Amino acid sequence: MSDEQLVGIVLVSHSAEVAASVAELAKGLAGGGPVVPVAPAGGTEGGGLGTSSELIAAAAASVDRGAGVAVLTDLGSAVLTVKALLAEGDELPERTRLVDAPFVEGAVAAVVTASTGADLAAVEAAATEAYTYRKV
Amino acid sequence: MLDADFFRRWMTATAASVDREAERLTALDSPIGDADHGSNLQRGFTAVVAVLEKEAPGTPGAVLTLAGRQLISTVGGASGPLYGTLLRRTGKALGDAGEVGAEQLTEALRTGVDAVMTLGGAAPGDATMIDALVPAVDALGDSFAAARTAAEEGAVATTPLQARKGRASYVGERSIGHQDPGATSAALLIAALAEAAGE
Repeated sequence: MSDEQLVGIVLVSHSAEVAASVAELAKGLAGGGPVVPVAPAGGTEGGGLGTSSELIAAAAASVDRGAGVAVLTDLGSAVLTVKALLAEGDELPERTRLVDAPFVEGAVAAVVTASTGADLAAVEAAATEAYTYRKV
Repeated sequence: MLDADFFRRWMTATAASVDREAERLTALDSPIGDADHGSNLQRGFTAVVAVLEKEAPGTPGAVLTLAGRQLISTVGGASGPLYGTLLRRTGKALGDAGEVGAEQLTEALRTGVDAVMTLGGAAPGDATMIDALVPAVDALGDSFAAARTAAEEGAVATTPLQARKGRASYVGERSIGHQDPGATSAALLIAALAEAAGE
């Protein structure tokens, strides 16, 4: 399987550290398969808490291998900014999808699934399914 | 008829008013939000004025779509995509006409407000900017001044409401008794519109 077929993952958080750490966690748990392109987009460009559309667009471009890009977000402005960028039409790579999933669990599910060479729909389904796992 | 200059004046007046009121907006945001509404909008509208000067768009629609795009990319908080979507969708609805009438603006703004409701999932009564914007658009048919009054009354009317959207919704019943910062800034936007019209 070539690298070209892998779905890219973007992790958008209000915090640069949260986005980077969740990316590390998800990649670490994905194990042996081909290395999925994962990019964190956390915080504002100035390094503060918040959301940057520039960082999101750059992260999405950097993980795009032509198989689509799954974007996972934490809350509030992260969700709204991705939706607004998608509405712009030309800000994010073609076949970019905002995935409705819990941030940490969804990121792990998305990266593990993408590392099997699964397509965008399968990656999205796996990430969304993470909502159904109850802890108590 | 309203030309590109009118819409530039609207944006400039909004930026000036957000500058003046930034501390009040942030103070309103402190007990129920993350205390950055004033500074976020200040950064956004300062960037809007700068880009409008630099690129000098020639139609009402182009002024608003460029301003909206700038807000989405510079604000950093939820108000960026929300106000950005409001102005962009309003601008797109105005099309590429060189001048527009008040009635056309009213209909375009309604399209913009609908887009914000879709994006944020908020309805009237949720204690958000929508509570200022919806009555403003409804009153805009009468006059710009009527829209300003309606927006201000709408913002004040969020005080007894419990916030159901955004960061303020997490504090639950404790949001009751606080005027919503987003509705307050939306009232500033509409007041600046009246100011641009000389009303």
